[in-house]
Amino acid sequence: MASGQVWVFAEAEAGQVAEVSLELLGRAAELATALKTQVGAVLCGSGVSELGPTLIAHGAHTVYAADHPDLAAYLAQPYARVLVTLIRTYRPQIVLYGASSTGRDLAPRVASALRTGLTADCTDLRIGSHRVREHTYNDLLWQIRPAFGGNIIATIVCPQHRPQMATVREGVLRMPTADPARSGEVLLVPVRRALDVDTATAGERKSTTAGTVFLEPQDFAVSLVERHREQKRVNLKAARIIVAGGAGVGSKEGFALIQQLADTVGGVVGASRAAVDAGWVPHDHQIGQTGTTVRPKLYIAAGISGSVQHRAGMDQSARILAIDTDPQAPIFSVAHYGIVGDLHKVLPLMIQAYRSKGGAAQYAAVGATHGEGQG
Amino acid sequence: MSQEDPVLSTRTHAADPGDPLRLVVLVKQVPDTSNVTGDAMKEDGTVNRAALPAIFNPEDLNALEEALLLRERYGGRVTVLTMGPPAAAQVLRESLYRGADEVILLSDRRFAGADTLATSYALAQAVRQLGPFDLVLCGRQAIDGDTAQVGPQVAEKLGLPQITCVSSIAGVHTASPFGEQRTVVATRSIEGGYETLAATLPTLLTVTSEANEPRPPSVKLVLIYKDAAAEALPDYDDSYLNPDHDAAEVCLTAVDGRAVCRAKVVQWDAEAIAAGEDLIGLRGSPTRVKNIESVVLAQADARMVEPTPGAVAELVTELIEEHILG
Repeated sequence: MASGQVWVFAEAEAGQVAEVSLELLGRAAELATALKTQVGAVLCGSGVSELGPTLIAHGAHTVYAADHPDLAAYLAQPYARVLVTLIRTYRPQIVLYGASSTGRDLAPRVASALRTGLTADCTDLRIGSHRVREHTYNDLLWQIRPAFGGNIIATIVCPQHRPQMATVREGVLRMPTADPARSGEVLLVPVRRALDVDTATAGERKSTTAGTVFLEPQDFAVSLVERHREQKRVNLKAARIIVAGGAGVGSKEGFALIQQLADTVGGVVGASRAAVDAGWVPHDHQIGQTGTTVRPKLYIAAGISGSVQHRAGMDQSARILAIDTDPQAPIFSVAHYGIVGDLHKVLPLMIQAYRSKGGAAQYAAVGATHGEGQG
Repeated sequence: MSQEDPVLSTRTHAADPGDPLRLVVLVKQVPDTSNVTGDAMKEDGTVNRAALPAIFNPEDLNALEEALLLRERYGGRVTVLTMGPPAAAQVLRESLYRGADEVILLSDRRFAGADTLATSYALAQAVRQLGPFDLVLCGRQAIDGDTAQVGPQVAEKLGLPQITCVSSIAGVHTASPFGEQRTVVATRSIEGGYETLAATLPTLLTVTSEANEPRPPSVKLVLIYKDAAAEALPDYDDSYLNPDHDAAEVCLTAVDGRAVCRAKVVQWDAEAIAAGEDLIGLRGSPTRVKNIESVVLAQADARMVEPTPGAVAELVTELIEEHILG
């Protein structure tokens, strides 16, 4: 376990590793290769050690597992205590977090304690250099993110402080292929409650194993009363066709038309942040930098002007059809097909055309196979 | 909290006769990122704030609203703190118009160029100067950076617990499993749900737009402060909150015509908050902007289709034939 590894904070949720953490491992492996170092993953929780092999299969060389009953529920302070202790002990050069409700709560706390930099919601991470007057810093983490309401793309570096830390949203990075043949080690992190060691002198504390995490009473000033979490109701990432609506939809009622087209073509409803913020559609439908990143076969953007954050979440789609009244809308720059017009007129035309052509064709095909059409 | 203010008693009396709450709200004046023009960025990659309309960061207004609601429920005092150039006093003025008791501007050239770490250090130092407090509230994130980092970082610097992304505050309870210590119970949004947490006071909360609908400025308070300003500074119509001015004090006219000094924009510099030189501004910022690219759009090479029934039908047919649709 040489210092200078590239680390990922591996979020465990309901006995599974969060997808975003596995995606980060894929990128961490690429960064580690460029830096000629290895990948570490930090697991926190109760009974989480068994997730070690999953992390190794996705690219981790070393898994640091802080497995303790007091860590069963995610809480910012004890988790930060674990990370700060481990980072100070093993000195990774990079630590990556998912930009999830957990990662966004935890990472800034760790950054503040370590007095190092942190860049939120990166859309790309690379290794590169940075020149300041005569001095060139090599092998830095380029932390690339839209900023300023998406009007610019900024590359942020952290030249003189370690570790370099960043958060990335789920779906932004590609999921690496798991390889069960990969080898790595799971290192059990000693975790002790300060109460257990109250009688120990400072000297005795020092003499305990390096990297022992001491959870202090003040780390538990927050307690979990209730947690309610549902599986995502919409699965945008798996959708083959997405019909997404934006500000141009105009109202909650207007989304019925988006839904109607989605139902007609067998797609899933997506939305821009503007539509979600307006309360027309629940947040789990949001596509873009602060929502889900998608790569469907067909993406239909209706009434979405196409901010850089939105485009970052959909521009990898195989085909993009944009419908907007403004011919200058940025969405057209990433579209394969563009219709300048009012979605309230164009979508009914599409539904009509699909029903008379596609729908009939599909019906015939289904009928031929199964004997009965299913509509 | 000494005397009843006849003019400013917009608050109702505490329903719960607990100790009054000492509330600190951290706010930020931000460029309205929905109105960005070409000269919005400087060469060094920092924001040219002068080129953009400046607004009260939306979720900070939600945080202020929560503080005002808590004061209405439990009694207490709301202190609003911002860091920024002198012009940022505008958000403090707007806080007064909504009912803040006390406002403080943290302004010093040496604070310039701060990233989230240096910002949270300066804010934490300022909060320390205020003396004992029960709750620090701020918006989840500011619309210019969307980082959501300053709240948790201030909490860490002050050694406080945190509840981020708060969508509702159930209340402050005296009796708790923690013994005598008061706790705040709040609900935060997580993926696909929520979690409710109890935190002992003092604690820090970051508030989202789901939490409430911020009240508009009170016409009464606006008039009071405007009149007071006109009286206090007759030659300085609207600059009574200009902290560069010696007489930045706002005086209110009580019912009996007596001038009561009630609120002023207190300006603190780096010395006032005992800030370490190496920990503020650009020097105290570990991150650097390497480069900035304006988002320049590639020439559109989309195939344009007329919004006519025939053309749309043709496109749909083509997509079906290519097995993209259906």
